[in-house]
Amino acid sequence: MELLYAITLGILTTCGVYLLLRARTFTVILGLTLLSHAVNLYLFASGRLVTGAPAIVGLAAHSADPLPQALVLTAIVIGFAMTAFVVVLALKAAVELRNDHVDGENPDEDRA
Amino acid sequence: MNHTLILPILLPLLTGAGQLLFYRAPFALQRLLGFASTAWLVLLGIWAITTAGAGDYLVYQAGNWPAPFGIVLILDRLAALMLSLTAVLGLCCLLYASGGIDRRGAHFHALFQFQLAGLNGAFLTGDLFNLFVFFEILLIASYALLLHGGGRARSRAGLHYVIINLAGSALFLIALGTLYGLAGTLNMADLALRIAAAPAEDAPLLAAASLILLVVFGIKAAILPLLFWLPRAYSAASAPVAALFAIMTKVGIYAILRVFLLVFALGETPVNAVAWSWLWPLALLTLALGGIGVLGSDSLRTLTAYLVILSVGTLLATISLVTPAALGAALFYLIHSTLMAATFFLLADLLGRQREEGYDRFSAVGPIGHRGVLGSLFFIAGIAMAGLPPFSGFVSKVWILQASADEPGGLWLWGVLLASALLVIIAISRTGSNWFWRPGETATPYPLRRGLLTLVCSMVGLNALLAMLGDPVMDYLSLTAEQLLAPHGYIAAVLPEAPASSQEVIP
Repeated sequence: MELLYAITLGILTTCGVYLLLRARTFTVILGLTLLSHAVNLYLFASGRLVTGAPAIVGLAAHSADPLPQALVLTAIVIGFAMTAFVVVLALKAAVELRNDHVDGENPDEDRA
Repeated sequence: MNHTLILPILLPLLTGAGQLLFYRAPFALQRLLGFASTAWLVLLGIWAITTAGAGDYLVYQAGNWPAPFGIVLILDRLAALMLSLTAVLGLCCLLYASGGIDRRGAHFHALFQFQLAGLNGAFLTGDLFNLFVFFEILLIASYALLLHGGGRARSRAGLHYVIINLAGSALFLIALGTLYGLAGTLNMADLALRIAAAPAEDAPLLAAASLILLVVFGIKAAILPLLFWLPRAYSAASAPVAALFAIMTKVGIYAILRVFLLVFALGETPVNAVAWSWLWPLALLTLALGGIGVLGSDSLRTLTAYLVILSVGTLLATISLVTPAALGAALFYLIHSTLMAATFFLLADLLGRQREEGYDRFSAVGPIGHRGVLGSLFFIAGIAMAGLPPFSGFVSKVWILQASADEPGGLWLWGVLLASALLVIIAISRTGSNWFWRPGETATPYPLRRGLLTLVCSMVGLNALLAMLGDPVMDYLSLTAEQLLAPHGYIAAVLPEAPASSQEVIP
């Protein structure tokens, strides 16, 4: 399971960083989203991966660490709000600047 | 339990929420609420300084959960200093904004209060994840404040600012996950003890986590490779917002001080040594770049943004010497540079409104209204900014130079700091002579707002007052530096049951 988890994290991060470095706001936002998924999974794994263990002490012989779950929940909420904000901001910028380039101008088109 | 300590967070948070809920209420009422809250914060700042000045740590356990299980708020000298600085700066910015700028967009006052709540929370918290949460609070408020007033330049700068900070937040969480995976706690005091006792094979991972944190705080503080978002964002923001943002880079510096002098400072081979060795050259380069940027700016607001970068470079270079004298001097410079950067952003707006064309751009030439008054104000403010006597910039720079004189590599700091100061003087005097030293008066000068003028004058006056009060301020800051370099007191205050160790901190 650890191997699968690690590979998933790696793929998510790679795709996230690649998209983050693109020049259009939509792909950049997709990249940020993938990256935040990867980060959430990473946070979750910081409490070690266990199966079939409740996050409450005393219910079973082994219990999972509840704190990373709480951290991930907080991170998901914050990430969700931030993504919503950046989507609206990107739309606003696209309307005002009349293009979706992250610098607000397309260096190839505008100078032609 | 004394609940006063949570008020600097709760008060602006509740005020902001109230202003959002009752946004249909008369605008004057919203303004009044904002003022009342910010004025209370100033009083709370004074309370914090007097309480923490005695040398004790004040600990507030949220929900009465003992550390390390619950979240703690801690007031020490540094936190008290930052709280009062934020409150004073916030009050000045709010006063300036109520000159009419706060009407240019929706919910200015509520966002302003949320920003203050986030800042105060970041200064008070004793938990690393909580620090992340407060960073997000202050960031989301700052995103919206940056866009206040609208316009293409703001949308463009806002996009960069938001995206780089979101990437920074992702990195922050990666560092937190690594630290939690290794140490099993996120309480700063507890983390410090566990990292000190960590097995040797964890050292590379810990160093990696510490450097990721350095990158995150470096984005906030604007260290060299991570600063290119700053000039555009700060020069696009409306004047009171840009002035408030003067404290935002200082949040990054505060976080660096807190985390690297507490969390990573203990143990036989402290993790923070790697960070200091990276910080020193980068800070010097930042300082140099700030000086060059000041000289090459095309508007007064961009110039001020580079002055912010210059001050960050100076601060971090001084801090990375890690001696009590250097830390004290850096904190003095922090107060001075925050106040002066804010003053200059407000002054740029005040001057720009009097020019017939170009607002604050250097390329536009033309007469300026109220030349005598504004020219003298600019002259005095320029002297204060450049760090010439009799203002507090001079005091802090002399202290920095004295503190770094005997350090290895201190001469580098001398050279770069003095050269950048020269560049600042050249740039400011060039601006002054271009704008004020030309024949011809505007036929019908725009009305000069007396209140705003008085406000900017009194901010310059505050800077002079800081220099006059140099002795008690320096005493306080020296004690702050000593407290920062002795993290065992902090740990003992947060975790009374933890085994007291007597080992000295190796910076």
